[in-house]
Amino acid sequence: MDLLIIYGIEVLNAIAVLIIMSLGLAVVFGMMKIVNMAHGEFMMLGGYSAILATNHLGVPIWIAMLVIAPLVVGVFGIVIERVIIRHLYGRMIDTMLATWGLSLALIGAATMVFGNTTLGISSPLPSVTVGSYSTSGYSLFTILFALCLVGALWLLLRYTTLGLCARATMQNARMAAALGTNPGKIYSLTFGLGAALSGLGGALLAPITGVIPTIGISFIAKAFITVIGGGSAIIAGTLSSSTLFGTISQLATYAWTPVFGAVALLLSAIVLLRLLPQGITGRFFRRSL
Amino acid sequence: MAISRRSFLQGSALSALGLAAGVAPKMSFAADNKDAIKVATILDLSGGLDIYGKPMSNAINLAADDINAAGGLLGRPLQMINYDAQSNMQLYAQYAQQAALKDKVAVVQGGITSASREVIRPVLDRFRSLYFYPAQYEGGVCDRNYFSSGSTPAQTVEKLVPYAMKKWGKKIYVVAADYNYGQIVSAWVKKSVHDNGGEVVTVEFFPLDVTDFGAAISKIQSAKPDIVWSALVGGAHISFYRQWHAAGMSGKIPIASTVFGGGNEHIILSPEESNGILVAANYMQEIPTPENQAFVQKFHAKYGTSTPYISDLAMGAYQGMLIWAEGVRKAGSVDRMKVIEALESGITVASPSGKVTVDPATHHCTLDVHIAEVENHQMKILETFTDQAPSDTAMVCDLKKNPRDTKQYQIEL
Repeated sequence: MDLLIIYGIEVLNAIAVLIIMSLGLAVVFGMMKIVNMAHGEFMMLGGYSAILATNHLGVPIWIAMLVIAPLVVGVFGIVIERVIIRHLYGRMIDTMLATWGLSLALIGAATMVFGNTTLGISSPLPSVTVGSYSTSGYSLFTILFALCLVGALWLLLRYTTLGLCARATMQNARMAAALGTNPGKIYSLTFGLGAALSGLGGALLAPITGVIPTIGISFIAKAFITVIGGGSAIIAGTLSSSTLFGTISQLATYAWTPVFGAVALLLSAIVLLRLLPQGITGRFFRRSL
Repeated sequence: MAISRRSFLQGSALSALGLAAGVAPKMSFAADNKDAIKVATILDLSGGLDIYGKPMSNAINLAADDINAAGGLLGRPLQMINYDAQSNMQLYAQYAQQAALKDKVAVVQGGITSASREVIRPVLDRFRSLYFYPAQYEGGVCDRNYFSSGSTPAQTVEKLVPYAMKKWGKKIYVVAADYNYGQIVSAWVKKSVHDNGGEVVTVEFFPLDVTDFGAAISKIQSAKPDIVWSALVGGAHISFYRQWHAAGMSGKIPIASTVFGGGNEHIILSPEESNGILVAANYMQEIPTPENQAFVQKFHAKYGTSTPYISDLAMGAYQGMLIWAEGVRKAGSVDRMKVIEALESGITVASPSGKVTVDPATHHCTLDVHIAEVENHQMKILETFTDQAPSDTAMVCDLKKNPRDTKQYQIEL
């Protein structure tokens, strides 16, 4: 029984990690139809911001992770949108190339500035004991935080003027502009929001994984699989595909090995996209956000 | 599936960039005269493996400087040619050819991963250019043109397993990196545990980019082993120790490893995360002999704080230079065959790690092995085993009987 609870926590944690990894990408890809190849590197920047703020500026770790990292990467995202992305709207291949180049440049720059050693911070929460087993308290925090994050994003998109304008602009920019929004501003704010979410995700994962300049590569594949598996609805899609893939990969990891866990995740993604080419929300929950 | 192609594209673009940039080798022309004996190093001084490559390069060049300061070899100065392979296998092949054909060096010291070694070894065989491999590795290379100055599993694993079992118990759970080093080391662990009357409950392999060990940690808890044996390697796998501590497992089930520390894990992790981990290696910076203390001082005087810790790999590189130089002195020549024959007559050098003797039959080294416990970013040495022979490679390799051998053997366990 104790073991079942621990396994349950680990499955929920795997789902939460997938959500945290892919929400930023989902906003940029789902709303703006931009394939952001530099998503992993945005996460890496978030991780570095949090760690450097904690280790060198003495900022409390929670503020560094939850405030500084998304702010830094969000602002960086807005700059990138103004300088590079805004020239390339509607040209998917070009944005892919541009963001891919950006990711290479960011890896190189981070290596030059921070070196190649893994940096890290210890998990800030004590362990939690369940019967004769124990697990990381940080896992519970990750699960709760992923829920809050999804909730907050939903409130933002559903009930604020900014959310309304953003959704309108993404559906039909000209019509939205005719009704008085400023599409350029909305685009850069949305891209900034996606970047901030990526940075936040990287910072939240930093205590678990540590940060090296190339860490983005181990996030990006899973993030893309989750977002594409989820389909066009940002929140419902990310939630449903994270739940599906997280559960499958973690159960396979328990039953066999981590290698099988990764294989099971890929296989289920292939099967899913064969059956539902538009992703889960292309077929179900179509009217959701 | 644009995604899975991404890492491939990225890799090839990086290598294309590297090649296009053409990055000229750093040469030190300090001893640029016609008499100079040329020595090439091929190591990763940038890219993903530079954390290993930089201290190794520093150690080799320190040895060369010492030799030059003492008047060189055979009255001739050494000229170092340091190639940066940029963690890229293609560059290893290219630079090995260049060292052998263009530079006509007396010896090539280098290669870090087993993969890079197997790229340059056949090249140097073909062009008859003497090759020294400095890293601890999985054992089994049998090649007359090749000398290995690091340790092999039989030397470290077979000492640490009984030590850990005596201290903690007989039930062992192995977690290992999923590539040839992790696979082969865990096979040795299995053998050693059985030989000592213990039991390996599970061997679990992790791809090198796995960062989530939550499931593994709860599986370990339900298996209730006495010892966790770690053969995890690289930056991503450091998260295992973090998550292990975060799950409250530090001190509950102890960890032993023969690779921990090779990437400065004990410096990167906090004391709470790493204290109490048992390790075994040929070299640790804390070895208390005066020779070693003098070496550490010399190293830090030359390279300052850029090296947080002098690793086992750096020492392998350093003693590779010592051995080769001793071979040249004994042969009275830098001619490849004469040096090989001199080394095969049995050569012993005094290294900061202790006594190092070349084993004529395998071209590996008999050396000391130290067992230590991690304590506040330091290795506290608990026991030293002197003169450990490379008995694993000796099972499959006899260059006296079969001098034309050039294979790497998979040792059957």
